[in-house]
Amino acid sequence: MASSTKYSVKPSSKKAKLSKNRKSSSSGLDDSGVSGVTDNLDLYRQMYLIREFELACGENYSKGLIRGFLHLYIGQEATGVGAISTLRDDDYVVSAYRDHGHALARGLDVNRAMAELFGKATGTSKGKGGSMHLFDAAKGFMGGHAIVAGQLPLAAGLALAQQYNDTDALTICFFGDGSTNQGLYHETMNLAAIWKLPILFFLENNMYGMGSSIERVRAGGIDFYPGMATYGIPAAEVDGMDVLAVKEASELAVARIRNGDGPQFIEAKTFRFGGHSVADGQKYRGQEEVKEWEERDPVVTFPAKLIEMGLATADQIAEIKAIVDEAVATAVKFAEDSPEPKLSEIHNDVLA
Amino acid sequence: MPEIVLREALKRGLEEALENDPRVFIMGEDIGEYGGAYAVTDGFLKKFGEKRIKDTPISEQAFLGAGIGAAAAGLRPIVEFMSMSFTLVAFDQIVNMAANLRYMSGGQISVPMVIRAPTGAGVQLGATHSQSFETWLAEVPGMKVVCPSTPYDALGLMRSAIKDDNPVLMAEPALLYGAKGEVPDEYYEIEIGKADVTREGSDITLVSYGYGMRPVNEAADTLEGRGVSVEVIDLRSLAPIDMVAIIASVKKTNRVVVVDNARRRGGVMAEVTADLQQAAFEWLDGPVMRVGSVDVPWPYNRGLEQEVLTDADDVLAAVAEGYGL
Repeated sequence: MASSTKYSVKPSSKKAKLSKNRKSSSSGLDDSGVSGVTDNLDLYRQMYLIREFELACGENYSKGLIRGFLHLYIGQEATGVGAISTLRDDDYVVSAYRDHGHALARGLDVNRAMAELFGKATGTSKGKGGSMHLFDAAKGFMGGHAIVAGQLPLAAGLALAQQYNDTDALTICFFGDGSTNQGLYHETMNLAAIWKLPILFFLENNMYGMGSSIERVRAGGIDFYPGMATYGIPAAEVDGMDVLAVKEASELAVARIRNGDGPQFIEAKTFRFGGHSVADGQKYRGQEEVKEWEERDPVVTFPAKLIEMGLATADQIAEIKAIVDEAVATAVKFAEDSPEPKLSEIHNDVLA
Repeated sequence: MPEIVLREALKRGLEEALENDPRVFIMGEDIGEYGGAYAVTDGFLKKFGEKRIKDTPISEQAFLGAGIGAAAAGLRPIVEFMSMSFTLVAFDQIVNMAANLRYMSGGQISVPMVIRAPTGAGVQLGATHSQSFETWLAEVPGMKVVCPSTPYDALGLMRSAIKDDNPVLMAEPALLYGAKGEVPDEYYEIEIGKADVTREGSDITLVSYGYGMRPVNEAADTLEGRGVSVEVIDLRSLAPIDMVAIIASVKKTNRVVVVDNARRRGGVMAEVTADLQQAAFEWLDGPVMRVGSVDVPWPYNRGLEQEVLTDADDVLAAVAEGYGL
């Protein structure tokens, strides 16, 4: 680890503490029908919702009801959920093209998100954005961006506005390991650091940029956080399969940013269980590697741990599953039943 | 009416906005301490401070992208590029982000940002510093592109650009920063998307914008001397283009030459030409004649560069070839 790294959160699930039954924060998924649950169960509910949402997406892609490119978040749920759970309503969230998980964790309406993937008029972008371009400005969810690393300076600019307006709000920017070889990655880190912008750079290192493993395309190994020493940005590594570890690391980073310490960087080691997109046959990696990561599936291990530690009952978990399953089924039905956009919509929203 | 140079007109527009709207700030390379490569923002840092006048690293993609983010959050950034040629470095952000953001978010997010960039050849800067990519950006949906040819237009268009809720590229003809013109003290704006008929006539229409207005006006003077009545149209805005004004003029004069200071191939005047032959074919007494700079990389040598640049003789030659005037 680089000597100038200011703090580090070890990728150890043991270190993470299970917090007891605090009230849920406001950024949860309020519209899935669950209320009054504890923090931990809320985290689980969000992860399970994302998992089921993504499975439903894959299924409807197979049916031809969702088209275009579809990048599923399956396997990475703990990172987005853990990080976004630490935010306030006036913070901004920016994502890349694998954006469904971040969008749902930020509280996007499940029905409208699904309808967007179906290209329907009721979608979050009226069917003009699609899977890679989810937005909900009212919730501070600023996309959904599909040029690799292109969302980084946008996020810096949002943070610049927060700083300019003398608030202690912040912007979290998610990006993958694939974006780290773009010039913009380095340009934005530098810009954020010299201007001390209130931004949390959140790298979801899932080990592959499409079909290229990090080892093949990056000099210097699979760890990115030590490189932040170049920019004087405090950086931490965290186990991306452990939602509480992610949450803890994010809380620390968020507190520092609100304190005026400038940009922070978290690298979560994570894994997508499926291909880059649903069109990906995964010829570039062995199934054994996938299986190893799947054994650490946060959507499975986290509730098991909650039960084991007496923080949740099997009934509570089952209840959440039932409610979420219904919410996702409802979303699919809503999307299917929604009208296509009118052709007259073509010319709307080009210019303000 | 008081006369000022175009640089001063731009400066006045920026200064007004900084004074009247706390959401407005400027960023770019060497705009603060240095005062701007073309001195448009000279003195601003001292007057408005570091929060409003931000020197950036040489990272065109990052600071342009940051401008987009700031605009998306409700500020009104003005981002300066040192040269239009350098916008190429940030084209991904301009096109994929600034221009597309509103549409792909279903109208949720707007980008009220002004991008300023000096454009055009003529001072021997060679191939990489002399290009006019405003013609490329003018074809991108979601963008507005303006290009002034006088101090009056520079101030009026700047005011409108800053108030506009869309990304607006202000292409500033580098050779005209020192050009003088009358600018009233009374407040006015110039509507983006409306062309200006700068000279009324009945025999032929000449259309151009920006620095191209100089050879066009010279050629018009020469033609008037020969007894030809010339109508001159300054586009002012390349996106949207005021085809209504151009078509109306051509229906009156039945002859038209379109003139671009940028390279001839492609670009705004190709669009104007195509639309004209479709919309005004029956009114035309001859072909729509198109003049532009030679389609080569910009040469350094003065003689070569001047030969490549569109000049009044090129315009007159086209008038003669197309219409025998």
